[in-house]
Amino acid sequence: MEMRGSDIVIECLLEQGVDTVFGYPGGAILNIYDSLYRYSNKIRHILAAHEQGAAHAADGYARSTGKTGVVFATSGPGATNLVTGIATAYMDSVPMVAITCNVGTAYLGKDSFQEIDIVGITIPITKHNFLVKRAEDIAPAIRQAFVIAASGRPGPVLIDITKDATENLTEYERMVPQKADNTKTEFTPRELTKAVKLIEKAKRPLIYAGGGVIAADASKELQQFQSLIDAPVTLSLMGLGGFPASHSVYTGMIGMHGTKTTSLAIKECDLLIAIGARFSDRVTCDTDTFAKDTKILHIDADRAEIDKNVLTDAYLVGDAKAVLSALCKKLKTPQRHPEWLKKIAGWKGAYPTFQPECERLTPQAVLETLHTATGGDAIICTDVGQHQMWTAQFYGFDKPRHFLSSGGLGTMGYGLGAAIGAQAGNPDANVINVTGDGCFHMNCNELSTAVKQKLPVIDIIMNNNVLGMVRQWQRLFYEERFSETTLDKKTDYDMVAKGFGANAYTVRTQEELEAAVKAALACRTLPTVINCIIDSDQTVLPMVPSGNSIQEPLLEL
Amino acid sequence: MKLHVLSVLVKNHAGVLSRVSGLFSRRMYNIDSLSVGETEKPEISRITIAVRADDNTFTQIQNQLAKLQEVIKIIELKKEDAVLREHVLIRVSAKDRTGVIQICDIFRAEVVDISPEFLTAELTGTPDKISAFITMMEEHQVKDLVRTGMTGLQRG
Repeated sequence: MEMRGSDIVIECLLEQGVDTVFGYPGGAILNIYDSLYRYSNKIRHILAAHEQGAAHAADGYARSTGKTGVVFATSGPGATNLVTGIATAYMDSVPMVAITCNVGTAYLGKDSFQEIDIVGITIPITKHNFLVKRAEDIAPAIRQAFVIAASGRPGPVLIDITKDATENLTEYERMVPQKADNTKTEFTPRELTKAVKLIEKAKRPLIYAGGGVIAADASKELQQFQSLIDAPVTLSLMGLGGFPASHSVYTGMIGMHGTKTTSLAIKECDLLIAIGARFSDRVTCDTDTFAKDTKILHIDADRAEIDKNVLTDAYLVGDAKAVLSALCKKLKTPQRHPEWLKKIAGWKGAYPTFQPECERLTPQAVLETLHTATGGDAIICTDVGQHQMWTAQFYGFDKPRHFLSSGGLGTMGYGLGAAIGAQAGNPDANVINVTGDGCFHMNCNELSTAVKQKLPVIDIIMNNNVLGMVRQWQRLFYEERFSETTLDKKTDYDMVAKGFGANAYTVRTQEELEAAVKAALACRTLPTVINCIIDSDQTVLPMVPSGNSIQEPLLEL
Repeated sequence: MKLHVLSVLVKNHAGVLSRVSGLFSRRMYNIDSLSVGETEKPEISRITIAVRADDNTFTQIQNQLAKLQEVIKIIELKKEDAVLREHVLIRVSAKDRTGVIQICDIFRAEVVDISPEFLTAELTGTPDKISAFITMMEEHQVKDLVRTGMTGLQRG
């Protein structure tokens, strides 16, 4: 059937089962929005306030649902505004397809109005990208993009389509989408045997799992594997929820703000089994001292992660679900390590992560209140900074796809967009964005999006009047020269939220907090901003100062 | 650090070279030379890259290259079982024409252009031979010089 290029774009999205897209219209992408108008009964478009918010929304949608997120933007500034959102998704391996339109082919390369080489710009932050200049190339590019985005280690793909390609007519035939095959493993039987031998020989194994477990939907397999080898489990920030925080063998998070128990376990274990994790610098801290007397078995979907940051003793390349299943099958007898687990339990008792009571609300109290009020079942997004680490430490995530946070890129302003995407993909869930007063100001414009779309996301502001994480570093390493980190903004948060049409509360006490959270959860048609006044000098502890060994976390400042 | 040579077969699409070279620069891999051209199949190009890297980094380079959608095959060209060649064009002063031609004869280089003041020679050979030739020509005031970078094929 002959069709216009822009209609083919929408048809191809329908082929993939896409029912929600996030975006912002403009000159070059007019044709696609015209098609969208006619297909509006089949595809829901969520108009963001800014393209960055739209990209984060597509990301939050993808992380929370496991489906590929889709975002539209026009040429020039529309496309460049996506860049931070695409980079965020790239660093955290989130499947996303970004569709931008460019000026007409005849205008390319002439510095035309709103022309930008977005393909060139996004090469380093996409798994792949396409410049499509002919209508007949649209369908193959979109179909390929969805396969690439979701295959192996997931990630974003960008398709830039010239305006004339969206205008021109060409033949279109509906096709059954090619599934991304993630059951493939790349290891040899010998590598598997070597891994099994390491596991069977280990007396003090430790599992360190990351986002790859969540991306592969391998939480169940991870629990089976854990019970088979009887090892304690630590998670990276990206892995939170991949293994239940409430499980007795969970040692807490690993890394710069991980628990003392995990640091001790890293030091004392004789086999570290990394699953779907990449030994980021925020995890290993100083790599020379990280697990240096320990054998390392690395399981990852991306071969390029093996031996990249830390040298391994054995590795298995493949999707976490497939590899864990193969390992469970091959491990004949269950292992038992009662002494080792007893030691872990002892450390857990001796070194709990907690914040001492203070005059003001503590972040821990805020997060525990949220946990209680939501039954620990909310999808929690965060921005970046102290509030992000507090959320990771104190909410207690028991399920995968319930903690959405920018781990790799550390994008301030990520959370609200992500929450909008998560709520759009999970209409019945409680979706909460935990943010700071610094981050709130980065993308609070998206409150207007949530109001218009009737998305009841809850924005919890940990308001300490400072850029807390930077301030913490200034306190530790810059002799308390608090350069540009004291905010002292005159923002009236209630008025801002209400100005956008959202509910608003400012809370200072536990009672006020509980009442506000209760009211916010009860409202299913409007977003709510809860401005929590906390102390400026609350810190994130434990902390391993940059460049130091993970074995010596600071427990107080 | 050891010099390694990679022969990378890629889809002959616009922008492939910038994807490959961008990967090297952003991951801090040191490119010694890079040359690119069509193969017997017009839809496929061959990029020959010489890199200085330790063994682990060299493995990393291959793993990262393999992730590019347009990379079809990566072959390591080892000195002992590959033919490695480079081409040079060199323009020197023609003051001592006989001296220049003598050096060219020894290296089997060809004189391809001549004027009253300058003489241009070309030579194809292993990178070592090219370097030796250039060193010898230096006494004749090198005015311009261009090396193509290494290219090669596996033997057999």
